[in-house]
Amino acid sequence: MIDYSLVLNPDVCEIKPSGIRKFFDIAATMDDVISLGVGEPDFPTPWQIRAAGISSLERSKTKYTSNSGLEALREEISKYLDRKYNTKYDPKSEILVTVGGSEAIDAAIRALVTKGDEVIIPQPSYVCYEPITALSGGIPVIIETKAQDNFKLTKKQLLSAISDKTKVLILPFPCNPTGAVMEREDLEEIAEVLRDKNIIVISDEIYSELTFTKKPHVSIASLDGMKERTITVNGFSKSFSMTGWRLGFACGPKEIMQQITKIHQFAIMCAPTTSQYAAIEALRSCDEVVKEMQLEYNRRRRLMVSGFNRIGLSCREPFGAFYAFPSIESTGLSSDEFCERLLKEKAVAVVPGTAFGKGGEGFIRVSYCYSAEHILEALKRIGEFVENLKK
Amino acid sequence: MKSELLKLLSRNARYTASQLADMLATDEKTVNDMMKDLEKQGVIKGYKTVIDWERVENPDVSAIIELNVVPKAGLGFEDVAEKIAAYSEVETVYLVSGDYDLHVVVKAKSLQDVAKFVARELAPIDSITATTTNFVMRRYKEMDVKLYDSDRDDRGDFLL
Repeated sequence: MIDYSLVLNPDVCEIKPSGIRKFFDIAATMDDVISLGVGEPDFPTPWQIRAAGISSLERSKTKYTSNSGLEALREEISKYLDRKYNTKYDPKSEILVTVGGSEAIDAAIRALVTKGDEVIIPQPSYVCYEPITALSGGIPVIIETKAQDNFKLTKKQLLSAISDKTKVLILPFPCNPTGAVMEREDLEEIAEVLRDKNIIVISDEIYSELTFTKKPHVSIASLDGMKERTITVNGFSKSFSMTGWRLGFACGPKEIMQQITKIHQFAIMCAPTTSQYAAIEALRSCDEVVKEMQLEYNRRRRLMVSGFNRIGLSCREPFGAFYAFPSIESTGLSSDEFCERLLKEKAVAVVPGTAFGKGGEGFIRVSYCYSAEHILEALKRIGEFVENLKK
Repeated sequence: MKSELLKLLSRNARYTASQLADMLATDEKTVNDMMKDLEKQGVIKGYKTVIDWERVENPDVSAIIELNVVPKAGLGFEDVAEKIAAYSEVETVYLVSGDYDLHVVVKAKSLQDVAKFVARELAPIDSITATTTNFVMRRYKEMDVKLYDSDRDDRGDFLL
């Protein structure tokens, strides 16, 4: 018998499996679950984009592209970033098309982090940064963003986390799960700390099209002196409702992008060709469709936030992404208990805040990637659940 | 905001004023006032239910009738369109561009009843020169609502 403990990489074995596994298992035994658990749009990919993908297949565009991605796509990405976020990237040397934002994050961390390097990760946040850092031998340094700061990263927190070993700051805003957004003045404070340091920002802006503040999303790379120390990660999944196409991109200084591209070249070769053709169309013709989806998300967002506050689960206004992050402290339950009981007693699936880091205790993540009717039914059940707890 | 309110109501007429107010970022009173105004102005004509009649026992039969019409001097199509609209069997009347003029949806108990209605009531109207009757075989979408079940949410219940 082979002893797998001898052949497996102990660093990989040490990675904790996702904390929501047990909820999957419970939900799988039930057939009437109403979920508010998913982190992907419910809208179909706009038909123009699907048609462009189909047309590329019909024209037999089914070969590898260059490692960095189709030149036409990189040019469109460059124009898009300029027109939306006022950041300028050379399509030839500063943009890499990746398999979703996920691959971009992975390759960026691997290109920068080596044994003993510290990576500052604000939490609650998306779950991938910590394990990828650990796999590179890096040391995750967690900053817990606070509800009273609207889950923004503050200058003070950053300063106290930085050491002479700090290599990377992950900047996951707009934030899954908290909905927090860093506005220009918030980013200025962060930039001020970083300008004279050899620290690279990996700015995960995958939700950049989904902000509900008065002013549009600001990329930290657009601030003075920051482009040279920032890798911007973005993609098509959330903004264009293209999750299954697996397409994203990383942009940054060419010295870094050259190294990231090497990792991409050997691990991936190139992002899916059909998806790249579809994405060109997305950037060329879908501004209006995107705006329509944003409006709909915003209606649902308001419906959900009011709903939670009415139920008595205090919910701050989430200004970005497509999640509400209400506090469940008033129920006296832990996030895990709340979610497990809600699933068992009312067949509603939501994600405990703790799935996104210890700082998520006392909160639940609720997605509004669902129709208003679906949201209202779920809120009704959650309301009944909370009422029953009081008895 | 009015057009957004109409859009939401056309999607679901049973949203409460408070739900509409949340979605439109306003208050209930404003929503109620706007709805009253729109009703008064005749913009909102009524609130109906989307029904998949195929799931009901002995559903009615529908047909789309294409009518070619010679418009009357001075009256255009109004006269004949309103005359046709007055029948309770008639669900929809549109004046359309293209090969024919009036697009009429007729509903009755049976194919024979529809045929009889067209032959006895519509065809004899003076200004109608030709009729084409297309029976509806199956409905897939009605008033923006998909009537088929295969369109289920196939996303996982938990996805981070």
